[in-house]
Amino acid sequence: MTEGTLRAAAPPAAPPREGDSQWAIAARRFRRDRLALGGLALVVILSGLAIFAPLAAPYDPIAQHDIVATSLLPPSPAHALGTDLFGRDVLSRIIYGARISLTIGFLAVIISVTLGTLLGAVAGYFGGWADTLVMRFTDTVLAFPRLILLILIVALFHPSVLLIILVLGFTQWPGTARIVRGEVLSLREREFIQAARALGFGRARIILRHIVPNVLGPVIVAATLGIGNTIVLEAGLSFLGLGVQPPMPSWGSMVADGRGNLIGAWWVATFPGLTIVLTVLAFNLVGDGLRDALDPRLRQ
Amino acid sequence: MTGFITRRVLGAIPLLLAVATLIFIVLDLAPGDPAAQYFNPNVPPEVYEQLRRNLGLDQPLGTRYGKWLGSFLTGDFGYSFAQNRPVANVVLDALPNTLLLAVVAIGAMFVVGVLVGVLQAVRQHGWADRILSVIGLFFYSMPSFWLALMLMLVFSLKAHQWGWPIAFPATGITSFDYEFLSPWGKFTDRLSHLVLPATTLTLVLAAGVARYTRGQMLEVIRQDYIRTARAKGLPERTVVLKHALRNSLIPVVTLVGLYLPLLFSGTVFVETIFSWPGMGRVIFDAISQRDAPVIMATSFVFATLVVMGNLLADVLYAVVDPRIRYD
Repeated sequence: MTEGTLRAAAPPAAPPREGDSQWAIAARRFRRDRLALGGLALVVILSGLAIFAPLAAPYDPIAQHDIVATSLLPPSPAHALGTDLFGRDVLSRIIYGARISLTIGFLAVIISVTLGTLLGAVAGYFGGWADTLVMRFTDTVLAFPRLILLILIVALFHPSVLLIILVLGFTQWPGTARIVRGEVLSLREREFIQAARALGFGRARIILRHIVPNVLGPVIVAATLGIGNTIVLEAGLSFLGLGVQPPMPSWGSMVADGRGNLIGAWWVATFPGLTIVLTVLAFNLVGDGLRDALDPRLRQ
Repeated sequence: MTGFITRRVLGAIPLLLAVATLIFIVLDLAPGDPAAQYFNPNVPPEVYEQLRRNLGLDQPLGTRYGKWLGSFLTGDFGYSFAQNRPVANVVLDALPNTLLLAVVAIGAMFVVGVLVGVLQAVRQHGWADRILSVIGLFFYSMPSFWLALMLMLVFSLKAHQWGWPIAFPATGITSFDYEFLSPWGKFTDRLSHLVLPATTLTLVLAAGVARYTRGQMLEVIRQDYIRTARAKGLPERTVVLKHALRNSLIPVVTLVGLYLPLLFSGTVFVETIFSWPGMGRVIFDAISQRDAPVIMATSFVFATLVVMGNLLADVLYAVVDPRIRYD
């Protein structure tokens, strides 16, 4: 979703002070946005839990203990979010699952954003056959329901964490490429780029010093929203058994584990799913906050 | 207008060819030998080789691609390894079920999304706007497979357990006793099976529509002709529903094209979870059974539906927006 602002209340913008950089103005606007700050706090907490998982998790996420005694225990003081069919602590598995989800999310988005920015900038700046080629390829990838392409590739080539990162990264870029191309197309004709050309600057300098900094805002927004999107997709693949393989804990496969005992042990599927929602919500809030903060047109 | 439509349809052909080629390449790159399923230690190597030759697997890539594309485009999708019947039959059995689910979900998602978006725009910055925004973002961030399980848990499994007056069926497209029901009973039976799968898809996607509609409405409401309408004393209801909404809806039409891939991705989960015998389940089963002919045909049908949906959105856009010139 690239259009429409999401939040109801746009924070009143402070008048820009003389000599502030665009980034300083954006940072000031972001700090006034309470929902976005809440999202950021959630992202920081989740990342902290993921990094310090061995300290934060009350139990070993894989240990099965005495399976007869600990299988499918409802939430209690000993197991805050209950245990699954194999007697593993759900909370500990959620904490360890954050590692895998966030790692896949960040790495896949780094790939897709780099690729998308590069292809979009080339298509937009050079135009002609380069533009046609890149945009036709983009249309082809976008004509596919992405999940089906992902299932197809992962299932045929045996799932592994590396493959999932690569596949998610290499199918996410068309969105970014389109945004960047559009921005570059309009930037190319602006006066300051013409001025740079008139001053005799080289192509590389114009692209790197004048164009890239100006498309960075929308790219950062697309990346933040893309992390949420990637996490949902990874969870979906894992839910179908095509993502992270057991016994490694992953939120999507935990929801799938709970499917068989939905009525008797609702907590097994409910809590990992709720974690996915909160994580994605956090990234979306940050992304929307960044969009509002970075868009100069929204400043008054 | 006819020229515009013709040009758009012709433009879709190379796109579909590219999609078909992409499918072929992915399946060809995949490791494993399609003939291996007939492998058996008792089969002598010469017979196995003969089998490969019969299937055309010994031929070079270009020849295989040409042959495959030729029969594919003439409507010969081949024979399903796993189901032992023509792929065309498999697709024809599943397609109507998916289309039913998709059409209901798209309709509901636009009705719900537009209503919520308009309400939010009219009450901009009010508490209704804020609450609906947060609820919307919550559903927007939700994986459809989890929502499907939660709806199934509460409105089917637990509803039965707690003895709620209304409990929806959790699986399938009709009940066991469907054949013995009256025509009205058949209709309500099908409808009740449709509720949970369609609601899942609707809730996840309507949040985006609401967001977009709200943004469009806010942009339109600021325009001069709205001020004119208010200034000449028209009631607010007329201004919002007749003047603002109509123009806001124009770009919302393009969302159909944007949301189709998301919708079809969602059907894979929803159909798997609710045992809905549609294309999403067929493709998932085919992939787990490595049933190559079915995989190729179903993914191509999905891509065709997406391309056709985009085409439809473009044409609709040109029809409803007189500013678009289509010559």
